[in-house]
Amino acid sequence: MALFGKRRRDALKNVHAERDAFLRRAGVAVLFCFVGVVVLVARLVDLQIVEHEHYQTRADENRMRVTPVAPVRGLIYDRNGSLLAQNQPAFVLEVTPEQVGSREAMDKLLARLQHVITLTDADVTRFKDRVRKSPRYRGVPLRSNLTMEEVARYEIDRYQFPGVEINAGLTRNYPFGASAAHLVGYVGGISEEELRAANESQFLGLTQIGKNGVEKSQEDLLRGEPGAKIIEANAYGRPLRELDYRRGYPGRNLYLSIDTKVQAVAEQAMGNFLGSVVALDPRNGEVIAMVSKPGFDPQLFVGGIDNGTYQTLLNDPQRPLFNRSLQGLYPPGSTVKPAMALAGLEYGVVTPEHTEYCRGEMTLPGSSRKYRCWRRSGHGAVDMLEGVKRSCDIYFYNLATMLGIDRMHEAMTGFGLGHVTGVDLPLEKGGLYPSREWKRKARRENWYPGETLNTGIGQGYVLVTPLQLAQMTARIAMRGDGYKPHVLHAIEDPITRKLSEIQPEPLPKIDLKDNANWDTVIAAMEAVTQEPGGTAYAIGRSAPYRIAAKTGSAQVAGLRQDEVRAPKQEDMPLRLRDHALFIAFAPAEAPRIAVAVMAEHGGHGASIAAPIARQVMDQYLLGYVLYGNENATEASSRVTPSIVPGLPVPPELQQMLQKPVPSGAPAAAAPTPDAPDAAAPEEEDR
Amino acid sequence: MIADVLHPMRKRPDKPEPGFADWLESWHIDIWLLLLLLAVAGIGIFIQYSASGHSIDGVISQAQRVGLGLVVMAVIAQAPPDLYRTVVPWAYLGTIVLLVLVELLGDHAKGAQRWLDLGIIRFQPSEFMKLAMPTTIAAFLHTRRLPPTLLTILVTLALIGLPSALIAKQPDLGTALLIVAAGGFALFLGGLQWRWIIGALLAIGAAAPILWEQLQDYQRQRILTLLDPESDPLGAGYHITQSMIAIGSGGAFGKGWLNGTQAKLDFLPEAHTDFIFAVYSEELGFIGVMLLLVLYLAIVGRCLWIAARAQDTFQRLLAGSLGMTFFIYVFINIGMVIGLLPVVGVPLPLVSYGGTSAVSLLASFGILMSIHTHRKLLAN
Repeated sequence: MALFGKRRRDALKNVHAERDAFLRRAGVAVLFCFVGVVVLVARLVDLQIVEHEHYQTRADENRMRVTPVAPVRGLIYDRNGSLLAQNQPAFVLEVTPEQVGSREAMDKLLARLQHVITLTDADVTRFKDRVRKSPRYRGVPLRSNLTMEEVARYEIDRYQFPGVEINAGLTRNYPFGASAAHLVGYVGGISEEELRAANESQFLGLTQIGKNGVEKSQEDLLRGEPGAKIIEANAYGRPLRELDYRRGYPGRNLYLSIDTKVQAVAEQAMGNFLGSVVALDPRNGEVIAMVSKPGFDPQLFVGGIDNGTYQTLLNDPQRPLFNRSLQGLYPPGSTVKPAMALAGLEYGVVTPEHTEYCRGEMTLPGSSRKYRCWRRSGHGAVDMLEGVKRSCDIYFYNLATMLGIDRMHEAMTGFGLGHVTGVDLPLEKGGLYPSREWKRKARRENWYPGETLNTGIGQGYVLVTPLQLAQMTARIAMRGDGYKPHVLHAIEDPITRKLSEIQPEPLPKIDLKDNANWDTVIAAMEAVTQEPGGTAYAIGRSAPYRIAAKTGSAQVAGLRQDEVRAPKQEDMPLRLRDHALFIAFAPAEAPRIAVAVMAEHGGHGASIAAPIARQVMDQYLLGYVLYGNENATEASSRVTPSIVPGLPVPPELQQMLQKPVPSGAPAAAAPTPDAPDAAAPEEEDR
Repeated sequence: MIADVLHPMRKRPDKPEPGFADWLESWHIDIWLLLLLLAVAGIGIFIQYSASGHSIDGVISQAQRVGLGLVVMAVIAQAPPDLYRTVVPWAYLGTIVLLVLVELLGDHAKGAQRWLDLGIIRFQPSEFMKLAMPTTIAAFLHTRRLPPTLLTILVTLALIGLPSALIAKQPDLGTALLIVAAGGFALFLGGLQWRWIIGALLAIGAAAPILWEQLQDYQRQRILTLLDPESDPLGAGYHITQSMIAIGSGGAFGKGWLNGTQAKLDFLPEAHTDFIFAVYSEELGFIGVMLLLVLYLAIVGRCLWIAARAQDTFQRLLAGSLGMTFFIYVFINIGMVIGLLPVVGVPLPLVSYGGTSAVSLLASFGILMSIHTHRKLLAN
């Protein structure tokens, strides 16, 4: 039975009329479909044909992730091709949480790993912290710098550790450790500020940045350009496959002008003294050696230093992180005397023959204050040569008075004192060479005549860096010519192996009215080492080459006016002893090395600082240390610093670096051991 | 005589060798509809494999459902249309009872109350209503003089309105719309006067603000999203944005089967169900989309052709209504996937993964085939 019965009225249907009406309505329905399809097709044409490229781009943006590939950092060599900084493979243990499973499974896994790999609590804490912050499918480092033994133990039981992987990466390594730590510097984790300051795109994929030394100053060269991997990832960010690879460019390799053998000799010669040794090649401004004592282990900083160790280093009273060569500010003491003599000659206030009489002390007119010579008994009549050779303070007090502070300021800053040298290393300090104007501004006081005297012997307000002293020495050696000190010798393209040498940057020449004045002062500096009575005769007489030098002792503790005689340095507590200074260049007739030595609280420049400089010059000029080994055979006296065999030095570099080493028999040139010792200085100069 | 009626192939004695099509027709299967449906279902199975992330299980399950649907279709086609005219209206009443039961004690799936758990199987009464509605309206109008009188119109609207309101309340706006469309097309094809049609459209326009208030929050959000999908690309607009990216990036020729990235990499949600058209468009491009549209239109055309050839008002209205409902299915799904219509849960017929929808769709084609193959010889 049908639910709907026909009512009588409706029974008489016009079948044909209904069918025709239906067909008309069906026609309308077809039209409706047609309009609907046109709308759909129009939209599809718009999406798939007109806007296709737009949507194609957006689909690619959806799925493609650009993953940066860190460039390999450039290597740092010394001038002979010994590696100063290299990249060492390091094994990092990574755990992928997703593959491990639940938290309990992770704890069990860590417990099992403890049996094959050393894990500290700090490792585990840091790891768990990172696990929380990163996606579960990404590997999280648990331990870095695995030993080969640990890797081997892991490999044996590998099946026990699902989700654990050991990856090889590169980590920075410094074969010379502490001895060149200040110079080479170190890399460490990039800080937020460093990233903000730099162009972020240059640091893609990198975690380390040069923090100090050459690593910092040449960061842009060493870093290289990051490459990129284009990864296909799904909607949850999980990488699925590599689509493309864009090659980066490795960092440039750097050849420093440093000679690691000289560096090692300087470091050893300094012994336990704090201080600095700087050796320059006066002919081009290249730094041959630059030591700051005490050193520190740069390796501590690589991959992030822990705060405890860092605080210990920072708070160490010996300040190991401080690069004394360019940051240490010291009074130069008597090492300024040759330059003072040159100023006296240049301004015509003295002639080489001008004589002062030294009674051991003097006063200025109208003052009772006594200005003492280091030699209380006095030097008697002293001309310029004697004044330099015996370091007579009275001579230079008088010379300073005659010059006046204004001309002294002009002359000494001309030699670079009190100004940054512009060396290609970070954090250099300028120091101070005082002037009337400076004192008015900084101290709001007038300049007193007595201060001119102190300044004349490198005391008082004068503060310079060892690097400035070395530069001053080099300029005297070159008779006015000068070059900006630099440690970068050559840059090597890591792919083409093309080597480009750094051109020395000449400084304005110091032009004297009479070039003979250079001869006068250099002769006086030679007398310091070559003539009996010279303050450094002890190191000069035995040298097979001629050394021009000047000793210095910078006062740390003030001398009371009523003290007639200063206590012997050896009797004073270490922290009150004078700083020992020494500047020298050699060979005097054709200088190839200029050295400045600064030994904090060393006491005497002649006995402490001079032998250090002599050993440095021996190593550089002779190829071995003769000083102190005069009776030993040449072979045994050679210092063999622990040089890690580096990559072979390219032939062009070898050519560039080849310097004729004096081949003359050192034994023949050395003075006979029975030479009279009478010339040993009566007392050390100050 | 009787035999002639039952065996249509004997109608043309001039054709000595009856072909495969004739043999099929003797079993009440229309070869054109069958081929077109198999073509679309075949495309569906291929694209299903890609959209489900190369899942053979998914493909087999979909093929099983299509197979089941084809069996149901063939079975339904065997019975004469008059049977459905008398029986289905009763079933319609029964379904309304079931819908009330769902309302009272239905199962919750995905936040909507649609399923009735019968112990052995879970049953979605609204799916059956897709068939019951046009059949019942056609059966009702069959008994009335057409064009319909006002009373007829009011009764028809009540017959449409009651189950639709129950289904919309579940809430399942997509199915409710399809059911309204099915009943509405029957009424329209029955000759509903234009003045009522225009009047109704104006009334809906006027009542739009009130309807808006009646919508669920998520439904309103979907409509707002449609107006500006990019306004919230990670939230409500994400579906539609990713879908448009998939379709647009397919371009004219597509990325190739299995080469689409949007679905494979999980950027496109619901890729193997409601949004499978986006996967298809991405992989086969504009050309492929045109092919699919042509197949769908051919099916709709065949349905209308069957309707035109049908022998009484019930058959005409039912065949026409089923054909147009099928078109509405396609139009709403594609329209929502390409960002023309709000997102409502309407699958792409025979292509989207899903059991009941494939079976109920093929059942409706069974009715069409029944109408087409049970024509009586009439004297002109």
